[in-house]
Amino acid sequence: MSLETFLQQLTNGVSLGSLYALIAIGYTMVYGILRLINFAHSDIFMVGAYFAFFMVAVFHLPWALSAVLAVALTALVGMAMDRVAYRPVRNAPRISALITAVGVSFFLENLGLVTVGARPKAFERPELMARVITIGPAAISGVSIWVPALSVGLLLLLLYIVYRTKIGMAMRAVSTDIETTRLMGVDVDTVISYTFAIGSALAAAGGIMWACKYPQINPLMGIYPGWKAFTAAVVGGIGNITGAMIGGFLIGLIEIMAVAVFPALSGYRDGIIFAMLLVFLLLRPTGLLGETLKEKV
Amino acid sequence: MKERRLRIVLHIVLTAGFIGVLFLALWWANTHLGQFPLRVMRTGAVYIVAAVAYNLVNGITGQFSLGPNGFMALGGYTVALLMLPLPQKQFVWFLQPLMWPFNSFSFPWYLFGVALVLGGLVGALGAVLVGIPSFRLRGDYLAIATFGFGEIIFVLANNLIPLTNGPLGMKGIPEYASVYWCFGWAVVATLVVSNLAKSSYGRAMKAIRDDEIAAESMGVNVFRTKMLAFATSGFFGAVAGGLLVTLITTISPTLFTFNMTFNLLIIIVLGGLGSITGSVITAFGFAVLSELLRAVEAPINIGPIHLPGVAGMRMVVFSVLLILLMIFYRRGLFGQFELSWDWVLSRPGVIRSWVQAKPGATRGVRKWKRETKSS
Repeated sequence: MSLETFLQQLTNGVSLGSLYALIAIGYTMVYGILRLINFAHSDIFMVGAYFAFFMVAVFHLPWALSAVLAVALTALVGMAMDRVAYRPVRNAPRISALITAVGVSFFLENLGLVTVGARPKAFERPELMARVITIGPAAISGVSIWVPALSVGLLLLLLYIVYRTKIGMAMRAVSTDIETTRLMGVDVDTVISYTFAIGSALAAAGGIMWACKYPQINPLMGIYPGWKAFTAAVVGGIGNITGAMIGGFLIGLIEIMAVAVFPALSGYRDGIIFAMLLVFLLLRPTGLLGETLKEKV
Repeated sequence: MKERRLRIVLHIVLTAGFIGVLFLALWWANTHLGQFPLRVMRTGAVYIVAAVAYNLVNGITGQFSLGPNGFMALGGYTVALLMLPLPQKQFVWFLQPLMWPFNSFSFPWYLFGVALVLGGLVGALGAVLVGIPSFRLRGDYLAIATFGFGEIIFVLANNLIPLTNGPLGMKGIPEYASVYWCFGWAVVATLVVSNLAKSSYGRAMKAIRDDEIAAESMGVNVFRTKMLAFATSGFFGAVAGGLLVTLITTISPTLFTFNMTFNLLIIIVLGGLGSITGSVITAFGFAVLSELLRAVEAPINIGPIHLPGVAGMRMVVFSVLLILLMIFYRRGLFGQFELSWDWVLSRPGVIRSWVQAKPGATRGVRKWKRETKSS
């Protein structure tokens, strides 16, 4: 592989990885607090992309405004999902919550299929993203620069919220011990609601940027990115936000590089990541940064 | 002791009698009913095998698996490769030749049962492979690992063309899965799983479901017990896959997508997680109802209001149903209730007591609710 193809693949991998990192945050935050695999998170990602699509294509709003509105709307959808579907099963056995999550995921996918149709729609990306930039020998599309840059910005913003604000402190408290936090007078349900809003907003941002990178959207577009992002969260240590970010970049790079180095494997691209997940569970189940969870009886 | 032994003999005789009556009814159906109802019945029986197997893991052992589609695919491909006649194999693999040893032999019809068992064993092996990494950990890793497994199978089925013929799949598989085969396996799966659930292994499984840490401290080997449930489930799941492909006579990767798992999940949740009786009844009902529910997707005219048919509406209805079930009706139709001969034989006495004690007539209903109540 020549140096320029390597550089191109590297930027490609980093930009894909930054998107996985954005989605993985939502999984890991919800898991950290509720011990729930939110299967519907991948569909929230899809919903975000569709909101942006409709804002731009149907309402002809300026691009930046539509992106912001789409992110805000998706955050509301995430909160509504928690309120309607997850809060009623919060004290039910774990398996009930998981089944509910599968149900919500299927509902969003099939609602999408019924309302907007299965035919992929062309996503109009802004000129900024479509432009090709040449740096030395490598020709890099604007997407490969802007996506990681914006993602890293959002990730830093998230770290600020989680570690420097009051609501972030409440989130960390809830994820450590939900009952004690409740006794301290924190409104746990509100904190959980905010967690879903933040996770969904990041997923929406990821969805919109994904649609800029691969400008075709369909109601099932979230499934694979979602599961790979979940893999990233597990690899990084589920429940750990920094871990999810590292895992996201790692998965993105591995996915791109494996196919770049062994082109014969391109058909197995999705299988590689899931096989890696199984191997990782076998060798280091707590992930890179995860700590062993102690269970209280 | 003697009385207990007598009761066991009585139960065996009753079960044998029931199976005899069932197969007489099937013989009648086979000779008198048309193609379509028979086909629905066979599909229902295949769903019974798959759902009972799935419930053993999700309902009785309480481990959340999303893998039945993967196991069904393993069984389906194994049986299809073994049973597809040689000329048909040459016809199907026209792009790349079929790999050895499958290109040199094909099972005759009388080895269909052997092929199903082999398919089941491949499924059980797959279950063990997924189980090892996931059961070492507590928590929901099984859900992720089984989903990943299903996707790996899907990717392999699409890409290993010398073995699976890729996205084109295989066609012209002989239609061996008769009413007797399908219902025979439904009976075997139900008997094996319900007896397993009643055995000491089954009690260990239920203990793990209710409190894993407590079960472990009481000396239950958690890893081995989960593995037993999962491997049994993989076996019967794969058998169901094998029956399915010899019922519809074609196989392709899209037959075993996550939709299959979703349907099975609806079945076991509606029937009651942990109730094999519930799984059997709802699995069969599901096969019948999903034919009837096609009406939801057809155009509907209510007086002057015209609703155009929407393809895919069924799945929206099903997913809403699943969420509502989880929120409002978690116990499902049967909770953890099991139909047993003891229960059936005690009915005359119970009904007599209802009739005698008129004011307390609702007591029986309350007792039914208590019996079927899930934790």
